[in-house]
Amino acid sequence: MPDVAFWQGNEALAHGALAAGCRFFAGYPITPSTEIAEIMAEELPKLNGRFIQMEDEIAGIAATIGGSIAGRKALTATSGPGFSLKQENLGFAYIAEIPIVVVDVMRGGPSTGLPTRTAQQDVMQARWGTHGDHGTICYAPSSVQECYEIAIKAFNAAERYRQPVLILSDEIIGHMREKVVPPTIKPEDLVERKRPTDIPEKFVPYRPDPKDDLPCMASFGDGYTWHITGLTHNDWGFPTNNSDEIEKMMKRLMRKIDRFRDDIVEYETVLTDDADVLVLAYGSVARTSLRAVHEARTRGIKAGFFRPITLWPFPDKELEKLARKVKTIIVPELNCGQMVLEVERAVHGKAKVVAQNLVNGELFKPEDILSVIEEVA
Amino acid sequence: MPSQEVFNWLRTRFFPHIWCPGCGHGIIMHSLLRALVDLKKKKTETVIASGIGCSSRMVGYIDACTVHTTHGRSLAFATGIKLANPELTVVDVMGDGDCTAIGGNHFIHACRRNIDITAIVMNNNIYGMTGGQVSPTTPVGSLATTSPYGAIDPSFDICKLAEGAGASYVARTTIANPKQAEQFIKAGINNKGFSVVEILTHCHTQFGRRNKRRTPIDNVNFFKANSVPLNKAQEMSPEELAEKIVVGEFVKREIPEYTAQYLSIIERVGGLKNGK
Repeated sequence: MPDVAFWQGNEALAHGALAAGCRFFAGYPITPSTEIAEIMAEELPKLNGRFIQMEDEIAGIAATIGGSIAGRKALTATSGPGFSLKQENLGFAYIAEIPIVVVDVMRGGPSTGLPTRTAQQDVMQARWGTHGDHGTICYAPSSVQECYEIAIKAFNAAERYRQPVLILSDEIIGHMREKVVPPTIKPEDLVERKRPTDIPEKFVPYRPDPKDDLPCMASFGDGYTWHITGLTHNDWGFPTNNSDEIEKMMKRLMRKIDRFRDDIVEYETVLTDDADVLVLAYGSVARTSLRAVHEARTRGIKAGFFRPITLWPFPDKELEKLARKVKTIIVPELNCGQMVLEVERAVHGKAKVVAQNLVNGELFKPEDILSVIEEVA
Repeated sequence: MPSQEVFNWLRTRFFPHIWCPGCGHGIIMHSLLRALVDLKKKKTETVIASGIGCSSRMVGYIDACTVHTTHGRSLAFATGIKLANPELTVVDVMGDGDCTAIGGNHFIHACRRNIDITAIVMNNNIYGMTGGQVSPTTPVGSLATTSPYGAIDPSFDICKLAEGAGASYVARTTIANPKQAEQFIKAGINNKGFSVVEILTHCHTQFGRRNKRRTPIDNVNFFKANSVPLNKAQEMSPEELAEKIVVGEFVKREIPEYTAQYLSIIERVGGLKNGK
């Protein structure tokens, strides 16, 4: 690992995943995420890892889940159209509790949309894209350095909580080059999935450990036999139609994010102590927003900045506290207004919420956001 | 009754099974288990994947490393498992809908890669679990709930499809010949490459009752009366073969296997010294 690198966001994500212990990648080429697959294709065999280009996006995530079931930390990467196709098996990984990391480097939609231009139109799909209820862990990096660090966090969360973890990057972050100082990773910085301690005859694959309410996970090939299904199942992993067992499974699936919410949620604040106007932004837009906030300060406006690093779970409690102090929250997004709905839910009328939306494939300019700050201040 | 060795591979805890009385799927399960016992496979090193439908429920009843995936996708899951750990024996059981409709793309690409997986296609010519809809292997003219006036689209020949797409072992039999099914499954598992064993089975509940094969025994008799061994079929005209089921081993060829090739790349780039 170099001491200092000059990487694109996609490169940093790939190298971060390798540093996290990722040793399996299956995917399908798609702009603007393809560099991640290309780097994994080159680097994984050198580490006795496995790379495979599958026949389509659906197979890409299916093989990734397969790689994880066989005991490897596994990654797939895509963009909007592919993210739509992956929703089916993403649901499988949620219900079967298989740890994987899925990167979506966002581009404009709907459908084929804008393959080479940036957008933030997939943030609600990340939360609600697959059918059925489940908790979501989703990170949004806003720098190349953070792509590297978030790749490691995402694998740790996937292995810790036994579920898919999403990284929503975007075309700007994915293709921008910046200086990266890869942190030194010690073995104790990495989370490995909890293996069963029971002898194979006593192993009940989905029985939660009373300590953390999470089941241990055996890998195929390490001495246990067990059943995995996408059907609603009991502790044995066997399909059930028993109302009590159905409810038990569903409640535990939801609870694992609720219970560890405070450990998972991450956000950043700048100049919020005395702020009247708060700009809430994530991903590439956070960079423009921060610049606009600093510029507003030089003009005597008490502006502050709030950046959710986890889009899901959303830092609602933390935002709600700030909303009691500020008058207005501006939410600039490269979509027609998605996270602003979550902001309104969290703020619950305690501050005025103003949406600022751009869907022409461009990034905001700092002066665009500054002008809204000046308007509301 | 199954032998004790076969019985040991069953998760009797999960019985009774969901299949209709007289269903052919149990005969295929028994053939598979006899093959695994005979090949002295270990349950902890045997993976059995499945898709969706009646066929897919087989894996729940087998005490091995079993994964019941999404509709048509089982081969893509199985590919990931096999590549991640090539030491595992990987079998994939699927229905005709899994194999030739929703999972057709995964099927032809698994054939093309020649990855060491044995696909057992349980072809009953119908979507049974959802109530008898037409499938890509429903014979032309047959009645189904979504072909109430008779199917008009030609059906797939799964073995020809597998051969054309590059599988290294391809065979077909019917549930009327369970010993042959066992023999072909064993040959498929022993083949270092992608193997396809198509086993014609019946759904008297959803296909048979609408197509003059109402009872299980009607179907067994149908298979017996219409099966033609490959060597005999080679002497028959296409017209004579039109309504027949050609059984036998169609393809046996040695071609490079996918995971072996990938491991040689790992060796070439010095990855072996870097552990798992």
